Amino acid sequence: MSDKEMNKIANRQVMCEVLTEAGKKSKDLLVLTSDSRGSASLVPFAEALPKQMIEVGIAEQNIVSIAAGLAHSGKRPFVASPAAFLSMRSIEQVKVDVAYSNTNVKLVGISGGVSYGSLGMSHHSLQDIAVTRAIPNLQVLLPADRHETKAMFQALTHSDQPAYIRLGRNPVQDCYSDANYGFEIGKAVTMKEGTDVVLIATGETVRIALDTAENLMKDNISCKVLNIHTIKPIDKEAILSAAKETGLVVSIEEHSIFGGLGGAVAEVLSEVADVIHKIIGIPDEPAVTGTGLEIFTHYGLEPKSFGKIVKEMVAQKHDKTGV
Amino acid sequence: MNELQKKALEIRKDVWRMIKNAKTGHTGSDLSCADILVSLYYHVLNVDPKNPKADDRDRYVQSKGHAVEVYWAILADKGFISKEELATYSQYGSRLIGHPNNKVPGVEMNTGSLGHGLAVSVGIALAAKLDQRSYQTYTLLGDGELAEGSVWEGAMAAANYQLDNLTAIIDRNGLQITGKSEEVMRVEPLKEKWEAFGWQVLEVADGNDIESLIRAFETPHEEGKPKMILAHTVKGKGVAFAENVAAWHHKVPTDEQYEEALVSLNQQLEVLEK
Repeated sequence: MSDKEMNKIANRQVMCEVLTEAGKKSKDLLVLTSDSRGSASLVPFAEALPKQMIEVGIAEQNIVSIAAGLAHSGKRPFVASPAAFLSMRSIEQVKVDVAYSNTNVKLVGISGGVSYGSLGMSHHSLQDIAVTRAIPNLQVLLPADRHETKAMFQALTHSDQPAYIRLGRNPVQDCYSDANYGFEIGKAVTMKEGTDVVLIATGETVRIALDTAENLMKDNISCKVLNIHTIKPIDKEAILSAAKETGLVVSIEEHSIFGGLGGAVAEVLSEVADVIHKIIGIPDEPAVTGTGLEIFTHYGLEPKSFGKIVKEMVAQKHDKTGV
Repeated sequence: MNELQKKALEIRKDVWRMIKNAKTGHTGSDLSCADILVSLYYHVLNVDPKNPKADDRDRYVQSKGHAVEVYWAILADKGFISKEELATYSQYGSRLIGHPNNKVPGVEMNTGSLGHGLAVSVGIALAAKLDQRSYQTYTLLGDGELAEGSVWEGAMAAANYQLDNLTAIIDRNGLQITGKSEEVMRVEPLKEKWEAFGWQVLEVADGNDIESLIRAFETPHEEGKPKMILAHTVKGKGVAFAENVAAWHHKVPTDEQYEEALVSLNQQLEVLEK
């Protein structure tokens, strides 16, 4: 794809547009930031709806508790704070004040994964999916592109359940042509049909899976691509049927190989026999630093390296099954 | 006032009975804040057991969640739950667990982990400001709890948002599990600290004296400031052998101690009856 065709709109900008539109319709919709309105691209919201923007300062524990108190009083707060802090520094407030008290707080982890590539492990959020999905009563979502971000946030403005949503910092290439594909929380999307292997991805790795699938067609490998935009509640049926159709699952995520998308998929697959599953993600180490793309490339989270692994796995499967 | 003092003694009897029967509980912590809760629930708070979710109700969040037996006893006495249900406290499957539980009518938020209640109350009070509603928000903190950094995040925000519809109370009994609070972690000078954070601070020299407490509750907020009632209390208040003894933080009475406690509380009730 040429530069001219590249999408320049970051998911966070789309979030701002959806929240501004919804906020104009309902004064109960609030946005809370921890000195993070710029990083979250929420300045236009603050300008359009200053009374619905609550600044909490650099205090990530406080922002979650205050949001819980607001939600308990009938407000619909969206907390936007860096994923690295929101999913770690604030996690007890998330567990107790949001999940346990069951307050309708939407926790938006911005600049998730390795978005803050060069800033080091303190700013990487590669454990957030593992942590948040172990908390009862909390949904966990990651949009693949700007269109899914739009559909997802439109759904979230109407939902009454607590949720953690991870967004990346930079624009990602489109996976969908528009937002009208029937997004539903908890319902996986089959992005492409295929018979040899199913590539399961979430968030920014969906595009990688799609590009990999396209590349592998040249090698006569047919990949199904499943987008798990909702890691919790996970779409068990979609995963099980895709696994049974192909007998081979390769998952890919911008997260530790422990406890993230791969872990969630493996939990589902543990109920069935004869399915091979490989988890691709960030190994158990402080991730290298650099640009997001450099880090992705370092760990093989790009179509070329990922394609090589998928190809090997498909060959292994054929050796094993003789098909 | 006499009636409220008698009420506080009756509630203390419930607390001793619940903890003795369940063989678990935070005896000392309950007894130090019993008069604060009686002041709130029988004089200050606008709450209705028949309509516990009424829009205009005052909100109470118990940040020191472990002092829950006294809370359950009061909610039962007020009619939010039945008196019989108190017997289920701490039993398998009971909603009367060892910390406030919002499945129980009258409880706003789940607490238990210290250092949450103030910031949650900031959110509740802020919502009232945003919607120009008149309800008041109250939260009770322990003094050991003040070592949690999140308390001070909440303190800062309450003043920043000028929440003069928020009242916090510190149950300053000076003891925590390990011993004297000032030896575990120095938190003084408390009055100056809270004032420096932008709060109006009212000190109550005898935080087990209901009349003094009510006077502090009824003192109007200074405009634009959240209000702190620094109540100097006695841990284990009401029964001599449990007073000011750190070990009674969560000690369970023996049968003999229970009998002795009841005799003492009944004697105090008789004095008030005269």
